[in-house]
Amino acid sequence: MRQNETARRQRNWDLRAAGNFIGGGSGTGLLIAAALATLLPQAGPGVAVWPVLVGMGFVMMGLGLVWLEIGKPWRAFNVFFHPQTSWMTREGFLAAPLLGCAAAAVWFQSAPLLWLAGLLAAGFLYCQARILKASKAIPAWSHPRTVPLIIATALAEGSGLFLLLGAAGSRTMIALALAAAIAREALRESYRRGLVQAGAPAGTLEWFGHPATRVLQGTRLLAMALLLAALLGVAGTLSPLLAALGGGLAAIGGFGLKIILVTRAAFTRGLRIPFTPSRGRGPTAAVLPAAMLRQGKR
Amino acid sequence: MTRYAMVADLRRCVGCQTCTAACKESRATPPGVQFRRVLDLEVGEYPEVQRVFLPTGCQHCDEPPCLEVCPSTATRKRDDGIVTIDESLCIGCSACIMACPYDARSMVDAQAFAYGDEAMANERYRANPDRIGVAMKCDFCVDRVDAGVAKGLVPGVDPAATPMCVQSCISGALHFGDLDDPDSNVSRLLAENQSFRMHEDLGTGPGFHYLWDKGAL
Repeated sequence: MRQNETARRQRNWDLRAAGNFIGGGSGTGLLIAAALATLLPQAGPGVAVWPVLVGMGFVMMGLGLVWLEIGKPWRAFNVFFHPQTSWMTREGFLAAPLLGCAAAAVWFQSAPLLWLAGLLAAGFLYCQARILKASKAIPAWSHPRTVPLIIATALAEGSGLFLLLGAAGSRTMIALALAAAIAREALRESYRRGLVQAGAPAGTLEWFGHPATRVLQGTRLLAMALLLAALLGVAGTLSPLLAALGGGLAAIGGFGLKIILVTRAAFTRGLRIPFTPSRGRGPTAAVLPAAMLRQGKR
Repeated sequence: MTRYAMVADLRRCVGCQTCTAACKESRATPPGVQFRRVLDLEVGEYPEVQRVFLPTGCQHCDEPPCLEVCPSTATRKRDDGIVTIDESLCIGCSACIMACPYDARSMVDAQAFAYGDEAMANERYRANPDRIGVAMKCDFCVDRVDAGVAKGLVPGVDPAATPMCVQSCISGALHFGDLDDPDSNVSRLLAENQSFRMHEDLGTGPGFHYLWDKGAL
């Protein structure tokens, strides 16, 4: 037997929360891309200033938006009280060293400091992904495939923005951005299938076919096509322009994905019973879990 | 040890919402916020359709996912299994609301009363600026439980030491007691009936049990 749906869209995290994941993801992705760029054979001494500064700006914007989101902003320092289990606390602990290292890397033009910032950025990004995964009320977030999707999205955004901010002439960085964009699409499809198998709420699954989602998907596919064209050099001297454009679109596609994931497709698990009670004349009955109903069982 | 738990007999619940009203009166929750709810579920398809009334709220889990994600340690679990919120610590990040698979937590951004600007007596009694912008939920009427135990009363047996929803239930569907006491009302009910807990596959170990048929499993 089937039971009526009790899932509903979450109302507590809005665009400000989505902005936190956009800022944190893009910022850390950009810092990681900038750190990787220093390892290239053609890299000069020092570090690229603007990508690092913009990456720091994104991270700070994300933190600022989440500060505006919380109910008691003047108690924000209480966020540091629970590192034992809270990924939000751990993210908070990493924020200051991350920004400090990145700023010092620019100030001293030190590649090793930027590598350290890149490592901290990777940790910060992982914490963000785990914040979503720990949200057991929201199947679209708590699914295990959310973590690789969030990480790949951040790398695609960051490497894309890195091209936009002046690295569009580097074939290696274009290849990295393209690889990240392809990985994001592959992981997104794997994530979608995982949600279907797990019996995610209908409201969540409907968003995969929504027109806005289709437009975003088209944006990301166009970004990949532009990056591929730039990598193959089909546009000759215009290839860096294609790479920059592709990088920007890859980032925009990621922003949209997170806005939908956080604010639109985030339906609660809903309350379900496995058995009906025996009352009156009717017998009891087993109530099928959502995953079995999705497979057509009744 | 003590492990307080709630047992709801789904065979008895008639969906009258008296528990809901009693909770509302006792806790003076803001408009739109309800700690004890009774869902009216529809199960099956025509002509084999049943209505099931499902009392729900905070499940006071063994492994509360809300506690795990709370960055401020505002959410705590007592030794007797009751999960509480320290409103003076909570930062209102809503992470616990996203973590609770039982939809048991709420948050409001502004003080509001049931009938406009004028607060009723119970709302005046419970009014507290610390409750605005922070997470709130059922705490098994922990103030009544603690006050009752201090007087030597038994929660779930003596009305003054029992949560208001259980106290008010007209059909004897809701029960409260100590699961670690094999002779308690809740332990006996669980031993003599078939029961389930919601979303047990998530590993949260809810302290809210539902009876659905007679006989032990």
